[in-house]
Amino acid sequence: MISKTFRGGIHPYYGKELAASRETEKLPLPDQFFVSLEQHIGAPVKLLVKKGDEVKAGQLIAEAGGFVSANIHAPTSGKVTSTDPVDHVSGRKVPAVTIKADGNDEWVDLEPVDSPESADPKTLLDAIRRAGVVGMGGASFPTHVKLSPPDDKPIDTLILNGAECEPYLTADHRIMVEKPREVLLGALLEARILGASRLFIGVEDNKPDAIKALEDEVEGLQLPENIKEISVVPLETKYPQGSEKQLIKAITDRNVPVKGLPMDVGVVVSNVATCYAVWDAVYNGRPVIERIVTVTGRGVVEPGNYWVRIGTPVSHLIEAAGGYEDDAAKLIIGGPMMGFAQGTDAVPTMKSTNGVLVQTRDEVQGPDFAPCIRCARCVEVCPMNLPPFLLAAAAEAGRYDVLDQDVLFSCVECGSCAYVCPSRRPLVQFIRMGKAYFRGQKKGK
Amino acid sequence: MKMGERKFIISSSPHIHDGSLTPRIMWGVSLALLPATLVSFYAFGWDAVRVILVSMVSAVVFEAIALMLRNRRPRQAMDGSAALTGLLLGLTLPPGISNAMIMVGTFVAIIVAKQVFGGLGQNPFNPALTGRVFLLIAFPAPMTTWPLPRDLTSQISSLKSFLGLAVERHADVVTGATPLGAVKEHMLKALPHINMGDLFFGLHTPGSIGEISALAILLGGLGLLVARIINWRIPLTIIATVFAVAFLYYLAVPPKVSGMSPVSAAFYMAVFHVFAGGLMIGAFFMATDYVTSPIFPKGQIIFGIGVGLMTIIIRLWGGYPEGVSFAILLMNALVPLIDRYTMPKPFGWVDRRA
Ligand code: SF4
Ligand code: SF4
Repeated sequence: MISKTFRGGIHPYYGKELAASRETEKLPLPDQFFVSLEQHIGAPVKLLVKKGDEVKAGQLIAEAGGFVSANIHAPTSGKVTSTDPVDHVSGRKVPAVTIKADGNDEWVDLEPVDSPESADPKTLLDAIRRAGVVGMGGASFPTHVKLSPPDDKPIDTLILNGAECEPYLTADHRIMVEKPREVLLGALLEARILGASRLFIGVEDNKPDAIKALEDEVEGLQLPENIKEISVVPLETKYPQGSEKQLIKAITDRNVPVKGLPMDVGVVVSNVATCYAVWDAVYNGRPVIERIVTVTGRGVVEPGNYWVRIGTPVSHLIEAAGGYEDDAAKLIIGGPMMGFAQGTDAVPTMKSTNGVLVQTRDEVQGPDFAPCIRCARCVEVCPMNLPPFLLAAAAEAGRYDVLDQDVLFSCVECGSCAYVCPSRRPLVQFIRMGKAYFRGQKKGK
Repeated sequence: MKMGERKFIISSSPHIHDGSLTPRIMWGVSLALLPATLVSFYAFGWDAVRVILVSMVSAVVFEAIALMLRNRRPRQAMDGSAALTGLLLGLTLPPGISNAMIMVGTFVAIIVAKQVFGGLGQNPFNPALTGRVFLLIAFPAPMTTWPLPRDLTSQISSLKSFLGLAVERHADVVTGATPLGAVKEHMLKALPHINMGDLFFGLHTPGSIGEISALAILLGGLGLLVARIINWRIPLTIIATVFAVAFLYYLAVPPKVSGMSPVSAAFYMAVFHVFAGGLMIGAFFMATDYVTSPIFPKGQIIFGIGVGLMTIIIRLWGGYPEGVSFAILLMNALVPLIDRYTMPKPFGWVDRRA
């Protein structure tokens, strides 16, 4: 079988063997949770609890502040001890609910949807919205919004993103191996809501066990009548295969236009962990308060995968993974290509936290960089066909006047360019600077 | 250490790198020039050692001085780029050139062509070629005095001069015309005898110390291709263009080669142009210089064809027997323009006029 792919990209050391075969374990609950109130893209949430309140697991503690927003629920039962800001992945401090767990883990009554296979799309969407499901692959876009495209954008194809091209991370891999049925049932619900007739599950070919597990499930699946085509599509193991536009190109050969969205070409892409959350929300009425997180890297003693309640401090996760190695030097939320380096492990997990990576001192590169020698490596690997060296140089020099915004904002910040630059130039950082400049300008107007 | 108290390094993503490093690339290119350098040592003996040593060392020294004047760390001079420029310049010089002239060449290459423009990555013209062309114009006679390789008298005198013993330098050197020079002179008359094997292996033809052996350059060039330091676009288009134009030219103006049909004579001459002079070193090592060649794939092809065309035009119709250096420098000047018009469109680009 030939695996599909896109133009450009890189083949970094994947490091998946550290955790790929480690079955997901339930992480013991910590004493304290820090539930961030900034866990999605869109309008801020409205806080519903205050200091001193008792909460139960699954209880709504912050309500969506609009259509493009997402509910947030308590991860366990206990007492709200503070609503002061805490550390956030972004490095800022943002509003959060601190909950002291009472250890009983008592749940609110859950309301699953009756006979989900025949329930109407509105009911399904509402269940998804209530559960606070967002894109779990890292984008954090509210799922009920993604599943409600405008009428003039008919969707014929739903793509499940199981590429997991980020090196080291295995959370999506594990959910496909361990919960293939739930993932597919969730996907069928999404397809029905969208009215899509084709369902593709894209998986990089370095995960043959996931491909097999999904194919076996697809076989035994009772297909609703809207689905005319369903298949698991092996993809070449190449970064950033899981980037939305590259995935769509590889599987459907459609080009999402610059500034456009997948729905402009009749496609919606949904991460496999998101599908699982959709299944959980509809079949069990369970809100998103738990997800799989990979704890990995040479800097932790025992890499593995864990079912983690949202709001668990990263330090607690590290402890479960046997603690730090002595030479641990860098803590990253997410993967090594697009993840965020953290100053402290007090930072809590969120709905989009798919991994925690700890690098050792010798894996960390210094801040020194040299001038661009025009070697063209960045041009060769850019999946968006951009000239990264030029964008970065213009931003570095403050020459925003020569930057074409459509080109600049085409950059998906995948990091491929910086990964191959022999002068070690922080290309993505410069490009982000350029984007920030134009965003600031827009706001200023 | 207590959990939650540990401090970590913060930096922007990505957090991994493929390990490539600019100095390593530069030294890698120098390494690829080792076969040509060794052939030059073998063919011209101590003179070649002297030329290359003086050229490389003075280039690095000039670079360090310039960096200091620009308030940069002089250690950067060891990043391999200045040494490479020195090596490339040295390899394109005739073996009898004096140390002072070499240093004038490296001064022009490093200071005028590179550092004045802002140093590594900023120079529009290939530094080594700029240095060489300057010497060619400033000192035409010594730059075109070509001792025969493996000539014993010159070997001994060059050893003496290397050791500082010789007073009268090169008075007794046997010189010859380069094959290209000979062809130029005899263009429309009977062709002098050229042994293609000599040209390829480079042991019996006069020429710049590093250009005499096409084989040695080819070996290094292949190494660069395999190591993915360069790609095929520029060298292949240059060689193909030179070959094609030369072939057509000699079909139209058949050279008189005894015992050959016009077609095979034209073919013979086209092959000759590919192996002769600085074409090989130019195609693989000079025109592929990252800083002074186009960065986008289409541009690299346009550039290669341009260099090939200019080279063969100068060789066939111009006033000089050799045209590679001029051709590359001329095309260097067009790089910004080529880059502008060959920039690829972003993925999913929609024509804004539509
Ligand atoms: S990879 Fe780095 S050195 Fe090479 S062209 Fe891009 S920015 Fe310049
Ligand atoms: S320019 Fe942007 S999209 Fe292109 S490789 Fe760099 S980070 Fe990725």
